[in-house]
Amino acid sequence: MKPLLNTLYVQAQGSYLRLDHETLKLEVERKLVGQVPLQHIGGMVVFGNVMVSPFLMHRFGDDGRSLVWMSQAGRFKCRLSGPVTGNVLLRKAQYTAQSEPTAAFHIARNIVAGKVKNSRTVVQRAAREAEDAADRVALEEASTFLAASLRAAGRARSLDEVRGVEGRAGRVYFEVFGRMVRMNRDAFVFNGRNRRPPRDRVNALLSFVYALVRGDCVAACEGVGLDPQFGYLHALRSGRPSLALDLMEELRPVIADRLVLSLINRQQLSGRDFEPRPGGSVNLTEPGRKTVLAAYQSRKQKETTHPVIGQSVPLGLVPHLQARLLARHLRGDSAAYLPFTPK
Amino acid sequence: MYILVTYDVNTETKAGRRRLRQVAVICKDFGQRVQFSVFECQVEPARYEEMKHRLTKTMNPDEDSLRIYRLPGQREQHIETYGVDRYVSFEEPLIF
Repeated sequence: MKPLLNTLYVQAQGSYLRLDHETLKLEVERKLVGQVPLQHIGGMVVFGNVMVSPFLMHRFGDDGRSLVWMSQAGRFKCRLSGPVTGNVLLRKAQYTAQSEPTAAFHIARNIVAGKVKNSRTVVQRAAREAEDAADRVALEEASTFLAASLRAAGRARSLDEVRGVEGRAGRVYFEVFGRMVRMNRDAFVFNGRNRRPPRDRVNALLSFVYALVRGDCVAACEGVGLDPQFGYLHALRSGRPSLALDLMEELRPVIADRLVLSLINRQQLSGRDFEPRPGGSVNLTEPGRKTVLAAYQSRKQKETTHPVIGQSVPLGLVPHLQARLLARHLRGDSAAYLPFTPK
Repeated sequence: MYILVTYDVNTETKAGRRRLRQVAVICKDFGQRVQFSVFECQVEPARYEEMKHRLTKTMNPDEDSLRIYRLPGQREQHIETYGVDRYVSFEEPLIF
């Protein structure tokens, strides 16, 4: 199996990354502050004013290592993409599935079922841990609703119905999301999901982590030779990585939401790790981002048992495995796409 | 696998000093310097062969010496360090 290589995150403003033989060197104000042999790096995410030398970019493109640029606040800006390679027959199968109404619908339905099930697992766990009776009741109600949504997804007969189920389940999930915050409640108030820009701390945190997961999902699609822009649940739109977003849906609760909640509930983050910006948006501060990145990277290294392949794998490889399972289904080697639903 | 690479390069001549620099550059591609002529590397078997090949090609067998120690298993179980230690684990989150 593909080893989970480390991801290098660079957020030191004004730093310069260059290639020296097989080693990546990081300089800040012309002083060498770090060097890592390329063999240890699977990808790199850089934030804001970070310069990357052309030859380092060439090398990343040649090797198919992922390189993603984010704004300093962590909004996805662009990524490096090497030559189009991979299996053209696989991509053809990917496009063909769209024109067969049932194929796209079945994939989308399983993705939504996976997402709802994983959301429910998060809610159930929070309900067990809730100290406040009102919270517990609300969370248990949401859990019941999500169970019903799961059945509704099974009964759905069209893509639109599936999208409707997903929308309603998502709304209920985010209605109770604030109740899963147990610590620092006055700093981490959550009244529904908002973005572009996020207007409170929890939303800022969610948006930041989602951007990271999204980058990993794009890389996962490309890694197995799928076109990240051509999805099933998400409508096609120019510039949108619909397939990566599809892949991300079932992984959000497991990889991102749980991370956000534990960062708050274990008090690894406090209100001071955020700063208000003009226009009412809220951003993570630089030390805050560092805490989140470290937690995200160690979460990716955590082993989990994959229910479909029955093996223990690091969580960070799950997007790649799911992309591979989807590719198998599209090629006709498996009857259905099975989402990742850990216990 | 984890390996420890140490070397002595005869630097009496200009060519020797050049070899010293080249050997260090090769070692940096595979691992990190923990003391002046001591490198710790974590490499896959294929990369290990590549490293060995490049190092033995660069050194002068009549004047220089190269030693490679293989660590059985995880490095933490086999290395004790005292004093200054600038070792960076490339498996921990890498954030600069």
